[in-house]
Amino acid sequence: MLLESTEQVSRWHERRAAFAELDPSMRAEALQRQANSIRRDIVRMISAAGQGHIGGDFSVTDVLTVLFNVVLDVDPHEPRRDGRDIFILSKGHCAAALYATLASAGFFSPNELATFMKPLSDLNGHPANTKVPGVETSTGPLGHGLPVAVGAALGSRIKGAPARVVVVTGDGEMQEGSNWEALMSASHLGLDNLTLFIDRNRLQQGARTEETNALDPLDEKLAAFGLEVRVIDGHDFRQLEAAFGPSTTGKPVAIVANTIKGKGVSFIEDRVEWHHKVPSTEQVEMALEELAQ
Amino acid sequence: MSTLLDTAPVDNRVAFAEELIELASHDDRIVAVCNDSVGSSNLVAFRERFPDRLVNVGIAEQNMVGVGAGLAAVGLIPFVCAAGPFLTGRALEQIKADVAYSQQNVILCGMSPGMAYGELGPTHHSVEDFSWLRALPGLDIVVPADAAQTRIALRQAVAEPRPTYIRIGRHKVPPVSPETNVLERGRFALAREGSDATIIAAGTEVSKALEAAEILAGRGVSVRVLNAVYIAPLDQQAIAAAARDTRAIVTAEEANVAGGLGAAVAAVVAELPKSQRVPMRILGLRDFAPTGSTDFLLDHFGLNAAGLVRAVEEVLNGD
Repeated sequence: MLLESTEQVSRWHERRAAFAELDPSMRAEALQRQANSIRRDIVRMISAAGQGHIGGDFSVTDVLTVLFNVVLDVDPHEPRRDGRDIFILSKGHCAAALYATLASAGFFSPNELATFMKPLSDLNGHPANTKVPGVETSTGPLGHGLPVAVGAALGSRIKGAPARVVVVTGDGEMQEGSNWEALMSASHLGLDNLTLFIDRNRLQQGARTEETNALDPLDEKLAAFGLEVRVIDGHDFRQLEAAFGPSTTGKPVAIVANTIKGKGVSFIEDRVEWHHKVPSTEQVEMALEELAQ
Repeated sequence: MSTLLDTAPVDNRVAFAEELIELASHDDRIVAVCNDSVGSSNLVAFRERFPDRLVNVGIAEQNMVGVGAGLAAVGLIPFVCAAGPFLTGRALEQIKADVAYSQQNVILCGMSPGMAYGELGPTHHSVEDFSWLRALPGLDIVVPADAAQTRIALRQAVAEPRPTYIRIGRHKVPPVSPETNVLERGRFALAREGSDATIIAAGTEVSKALEAAEILAGRGVSVRVLNAVYIAPLDQQAIAAAARDTRAIVTAEEANVAGGLGAAVAAVVAELPKSQRVPMRILGLRDFAPTGSTDFLLDHFGLNAAGLVRAVEEVLNGD
């Protein structure tokens, strides 16, 4: 199990406090800069590992940045603190984005990112909760995060102190039946402390979702399953922040975030081959340049 | 021994239900989760007593196990109850990733395991659970052989919660262990001492093994009976001792032999020094069961006292 980086935790606290002081439009700009810093980490990690899922990493980087710098009540110093908010990245193949985000909050040292997918590293290609603080459940096979999130949301309610539970899934992942089992439960149980965030980038490993096994109209399906649905631009920081506001209907919340796979680097954006392609040395330079701001 | 076996056989689910309520009345971390199986998992009384701690997710086993893992993630102790075949078959990947690999303290209760649902057929039999779950590191497999052991297994699951699968038998079995017995994690329980051969039996087969040992004693053959109440972690010491102290080992399980208890024992025996290896017979299923009651099927597969006597005599005489 990796250990916290106290120095980095202090920086994270300072950053959160500074972000909180800013007016919404300034905060959106600051979050944008922070997200691009995470994307630069991801580029370096995947380049060094020679493996990774850069497209999906980039489509969830913005939401991870908002969650860990504004929304979630988590504690890198005491990651299992009772009563904490629970965050689950169900699309576990986007581990690099999660690791870079957790390291920036000090859950472990950013120096560890260089070990991503290297032999015996705790930073496996898919996140393991027994190795990485801040990871609540090991994910990788798709369709696992949402049922666990339902259990955590229900469990904290049974304990008498409902914690906020946020789960991020891919959109292709919503083809897994287990998610719809879990949605029925979330709705039946009235889990208004649960938020499902769907990274609607419209691409899955092999092709577009709508060419593979169409999901649309996803918002209507979620509403029919009893969720309060919010459709947003998943790269607009002001919309992202607002989307995590509390449930207004007593129902669990589903955020359908329209995103761009590969967001932030022009030659990677919205191209199916960049699901898990690795950038060349030259492409790394070009990507870092585009992400410089 | 024989006095215990003469006691009327009982359904272990009754002891399970009573003990779970008793435990839950002292520990508010305990939650029961099921798949529309409130009745068949014997959870009706639990629901009446603790309506807010009974989670029925309906017919959705993948979600059921995932929900269990989530409940454990926030510090509760979920007892996830469902008929063995659907729990272990349908939700196998959740058991692997969400429970075993994630090391969440979920207590998976495989209700009515083995061929308890006799005539309902192989779709409803849970005879692959040992094979599937033995391949998952970090998951205990507990097979109580009677009501008393069922109660003890539950108490231990709460005292030291860890990822665990417990078979909760429906087919009635006589008591094979004293009420005061303790279970030691990863150890077989000695049910009868003996010096010629050893029978290692699990669950329903323990009482059959004791019957067989009694018959064989009458024929001058002394049989040790080990109750494999833990299949994982496996009691390698007891297996090695059986190979050292007796001349043969016979295993018996209400499960498929591919990767089950017998296979686990054989893997230990095979790696013993040559002088300590002993011949074995592995009793269990090698095919899907035909139509028949549980008793009929146990007889059909030779998983009865007569089958065990035959296997012990064959292995002692033949090899």
